[in-house]
Amino acid sequence: MVNYITNYYDTILALFLDHLRLTFGALAIALLFALPVGYLLTRWKSLSVLVLSILGIIYVIPSMAFFALLIPFLGLGMKPAIFALVAYSQLILVRNVMVGFQSIDQAIIEAGKGMGLNWFHLFWKIELPLALPIILGGVRIAAVAIIGIGTIAAWINAGGLGVLLFEGLYQNSTHKIIIGTILVSTLALITNYILLRLENRLALKAKGQL
Amino acid sequence: MEYLKDTVTYIFENSDRFLEALQVHLGLSFIALLISMLICIPLGIVCAKKPKLSGLIMNVFNSLRVIPSLAIIVIILPIMGMGFYPALIALIILACPPITINTFLGFRGIDSSIIEAASGMGMDSKQILTKIEIPLALPVIIAGCRTAAVEIIASATLAAFIGGGGLGTFIVNGMGMYNIPLLLVGALPVAFLAICSEVCFAAVERLVTRYQRD
Repeated sequence: MVNYITNYYDTILALFLDHLRLTFGALAIALLFALPVGYLLTRWKSLSVLVLSILGIIYVIPSMAFFALLIPFLGLGMKPAIFALVAYSQLILVRNVMVGFQSIDQAIIEAGKGMGLNWFHLFWKIELPLALPIILGGVRIAAVAIIGIGTIAAWINAGGLGVLLFEGLYQNSTHKIIIGTILVSTLALITNYILLRLENRLALKAKGQL
Repeated sequence: MEYLKDTVTYIFENSDRFLEALQVHLGLSFIALLISMLICIPLGIVCAKKPKLSGLIMNVFNSLRVIPSLAIIVIILPIMGMGFYPALIALIILACPPITINTFLGFRGIDSSIIEAASGMGMDSKQILTKIEIPLALPVIIAGCRTAAVEIIASATLAAFIGGGGLGTFIVNGMGMYNIPLLLVGALPVAFLAICSEVCFAAVERLVTRYQRD
């Protein structure tokens, strides 16, 4: 085991960095869609039921099946992997962005308007900071989900730590299985922990206690 | 569309293999869900009643929930080997966190004045549990089972990698041969099963929360 790590630490590190890139790339693209969509849905409530049900159906589809369904359209590699990861995280992100903006007390917004804030300032100085803890909660859950589904993406040649797991399976190599499991679990646990800390900090800030 | 036609043809030509895989997939999922419910609902209730225990157990389950499902399935291989039972154990481990956590939260969410009123009416602790607490916590518990069921159906696909059988076998073989119709033979029914389970549980959830709307 130790031998394996010392011999192949550069491969392992490369796979780890690949996994990080896949995760955070997908997360960034997902946020690019989810933030405006979630914000707009708080304005058009009638649409939100429809959009959330569609995203809910996507979220429920097992990841292996989803990857398999994408192969005829997008082939193998990074492209279908990122597409699937972005599609999966939309439900969590859009829902939390919506809930975040909806949970703001109307009186606060009215007070902001009364103080003469324009649309942009109202959004930037009042709404966003108050909604941010809940949005970040969504980002945390989405990040953990993406790390998990990202391991399965190795199956369609997207790289990442899943490669270690699949190689371990096919070559019956316990070393690879154990190292892969430990690394990917640690990555998920640490990401969860850091984002949770940040979430709590921002929640205190939103309440004005920090 | 071409692919879809080939997929349907394949299913009809190999209907015995398809039905067997479907049966294994459903059996694996049902048994895993049933066993994890039998273990985790009582465990969640115990946690809600014993605050000392709950901290530790909730921490363990919250971490377990974060660990990727593929990692849990793959790590079972060196420990237990290949086959149906290792897959079953992996699925039970995956289903436990959502059920336990939701049972715990469901019981914790009950207004303590309701319990007090019930004991004031002369109910003993068993009656409070069966007549007050379980009905009130049921929607949250069912929501946990719903999450667990979808997780199980999805992960049962991955169980094909450790010889658990099921519809995932078609996906794995289809990928190995880069045979897209064969991939779809596994992928479409699995997606359909997951959506069905979600819809069924949503209906049950509506049924048990009917009193809130009437």
